[in-house]
Amino acid sequence: MFDDFIIRAFAAGIGLALITGPLGCFIIWRRLSYFGDTIAHSALLGVVIAYAMNFNLIIAVFAVSCFVALSLLFLQKRTNLPDDALLGLLAHSVLAIGLVLLGILSFIRVDLMGLLFGDILSVNITDVLFVWVGGSIVLIVLILIWRPLFAATVNLELAKAEGLNVDLANAIFTILIASVIAISIKIVGILLITGLLIIPAAASRNLSSTPIQMAIISSVIGLVSVVLGLQTSMIWNSPTGPTILAIALGVFILTLIPLKKLLISKKKIELSN
Amino acid sequence: MNKSLVELNNCGVFRNQKWLVRGVSLKVSQGEIVTLIGPNGSGKSTTAKMSLDILKPDEGTNTIKKDIRISYVPQKISIDWSLPLRSIDFVNLVTKHKTSEINDALGITGIQHLINEDVRNLSGGEFQRLLMARAIAKEPHFLVLDEPVQGVDYSGEIALYKTIQEIVKKINCGILLISHNLHVVMSQTDYVICLNGHVCCSGIPSSVIKDQEYIKLFGSNIDPTLSLYKHNHDHHHLPDGSIDKVDKNK
Repeated sequence: MFDDFIIRAFAAGIGLALITGPLGCFIIWRRLSYFGDTIAHSALLGVVIAYAMNFNLIIAVFAVSCFVALSLLFLQKRTNLPDDALLGLLAHSVLAIGLVLLGILSFIRVDLMGLLFGDILSVNITDVLFVWVGGSIVLIVLILIWRPLFAATVNLELAKAEGLNVDLANAIFTILIASVIAISIKIVGILLITGLLIIPAAASRNLSSTPIQMAIISSVIGLVSVVLGLQTSMIWNSPTGPTILAIALGVFILTLIPLKKLLISKKKIELSN
Repeated sequence: MNKSLVELNNCGVFRNQKWLVRGVSLKVSQGEIVTLIGPNGSGKSTTAKMSLDILKPDEGTNTIKKDIRISYVPQKISIDWSLPLRSIDFVNLVTKHKTSEINDALGITGIQHLINEDVRNLSGGEFQRLLMARAIAKEPHFLVLDEPVQGVDYSGEIALYKTIQEIVKKINCGILLISHNLHVVMSQTDYVICLNGHVCCSGIPSSVIKDQEYIKLFGSNIDPTLSLYKHNHDHHHLPDGSIDKVDKNK
């Protein structure tokens, strides 16, 4: 039967998938996938700081993520550079600083592979608690700011004109992304978290016709990917994080097939008329 | 009692070393249609945005009455392809409505049958009607319409303008309208403001007759019997719309 660490792995993975579902939808809708990547890259600095100062990993990563997100907002206002250039600048410079610090502080021994790709099988009970408590808070806050955030996603000026507090919702959303990335570091790693945010949401887009539907289906697809991915990785002894994403990709491909068939038959009907 | 909903007092917006619009004063009261006309780039949308407080004026003051419901029909909206959004979701975007209210609003603009249609499948004109329906459903106190009938077919255009008038009567709201249809502007609105980077002139449409300057600005193919509004142009424009003479501090 399942050992304890496997139950913890399932608990952490499932919890994470439930949060990344709806957040991932917003990341797709707002074309923020590179933003998620940037925050994730900069997480390395947070990890180094956490090890150097013997501090909680998740909180340190969260703090650095928030700092980077705020820097982005600042740079957007102070420069004329396009967002993708600013994000590239931040992602790689903060990553570089993290690596420099890691080299200087030679007493730190970080498992780089584990950091990059995560190690869900090594999560402890505190990590699971962080996922479920932190995740619940993230979900509740997301539900509370859903209307202004979604309206601003559809059209910023319209939402603003009609009196929604768009700036606040945007700022809170940025913090939510930072928290989810911090929570997920140990589970899927900094290179793969953007994948867990985006692939289930992308697959869900192919199946849904309303925003709320897309958010819920996205969570379900993430959940299925985590469960199947964990089991597959145990059978094949493959790395867990990548296996979960590979399964998610499989689901994405599956969502493409029936839709295409439907479209073709619809076109045929239209043509025959 | 001061019944004005929105007031701009000598407002201007300065962007990239240039005034987009300057010295605009206007007032929209309950049950009144105020129209902005002017060539492309004359600052109509900018002025509308100041009246909605989306843009803060760099000069002058904008005052919006507290606790009023505002509806905005922007000039351009593009819905991202990644968004699954039906008409009904779009009407519910800012305020949640009852299905019956949504049906009514869509009925008024003639697209009730599209309630569950994906927004991206709507034609340009249908989408414009949806924008109007969403604005009406809120029963706003203040309604800003930035070229609300673009892409709507001719008969639909007239019908939509009639609808706008009916709405004013029914819910007694104030409307700030930007329109290129001078016939409608001249015959159906209470107050006209002609912009070209500044307020060229303004007044009640029926109180004045058209003149040559007006034709220069808007073309001569306007049916004179319908153009009741005279353009009191007391100055000349350089090609970029700025004023030639020093007569701007009239």
